[in-house]
Amino acid sequence: MTTRSSAPHVLPLPQSVRPLPLRELAPWAAFGIVLALLLLYFVGAEQGATALVAGHGVHEFVHDGRHLLGFPCH
Amino acid sequence: MVGRLLARGMLLGVASACLMIAFAELFGEPQVAHAIAFERAMDQAAGLAPEPEVVSRAVQRGVGLLTAGLAFGAAYGGLFALSFAALFGRVGRIAARPLAAWLALAAFVVLALVPMLKYPANPPSVGMPATIGLRTALYFEAILVSLCAAVLAVLAGRRAADRFGTWNGALLGAVAFLAVVAAAQAVMPDVNEVPARFPAVVLWRFRIASLGMQAVLWSSLGFSFGAAAERLLQPRRGSA
Repeated sequence: MTTRSSAPHVLPLPQSVRPLPLRELAPWAAFGIVLALLLLYFVGAEQGATALVAGHGVHEFVHDGRHLLGFPCH
Repeated sequence: MVGRLLARGMLLGVASACLMIAFAELFGEPQVAHAIAFERAMDQAAGLAPEPEVVSRAVQRGVGLLTAGLAFGAAYGGLFALSFAALFGRVGRIAARPLAAWLALAAFVVLALVPMLKYPANPPSVGMPATIGLRTALYFEAILVSLCAAVLAVLAGRRAADRFGTWNGALLGAVAFLAVVAAAQAVMPDVNEVPARFPAVVLWRFRIASLGMQAVLWSSLGFSFGAAAERLLQPRRGSA
């Protein structure tokens, strides 16, 4: 009852599933997350709830995508 | 390696978005057209002039939808690749392809299905312009709540798995996720802005099409990224 849990952790991971070092991950994660949030913002919220660019051009251009992707619109 | 995974994820996100947009053109756009026809008819009946078209319908349903879809695919493809890179080798001994498939299923449930249960996608003419700020905030909050609940459930599930075994741990994690999102969604405010005579069939088909788009995107991304990641990660076996 007490020994069952520890068994999987004792075995070393095979090389094919060795984790990628977090040091290498961090800068890419920062870059990727900022880029993704920027893209999602322009698809999902620009000229809706808030606006960085004046007018309705961005909103109307991505209009169908915004509706179909599930973002609130109008 | 992480940079290459990220690039692969964004590219495959764009490719998967192409499939998603094809699906949207087939199943989503007819419902958008019905909804806009309803809106025009209501405006006309009320004696209002039709809204001026800033961007033509042809552009909106063509290159506009394509642009939005590809940007969405690239964004989530990148986030998916980064999540994969963080989880690979850290969640037991699961190989690249099954990890990507499970992660895509989780992303579909956590980012699309669960938020949609509370704040579903709405066709044009559903939703009042005055509440757009509130509705946008609530929608992103619903995604955030679902995401946080999922992370907590995974952490709790792993601890439970150490005590009660993998199957029971996974079940307890899933129950924890459902309990947290159900409780959160129960207290979040309702949004009901469907016009009185809006056709129910159009609303249903639009929402199902919207959910279908997400299913196409995530399944395509999960399977294609898994294969690509496996190929990228394999040569390390000899070099490391």
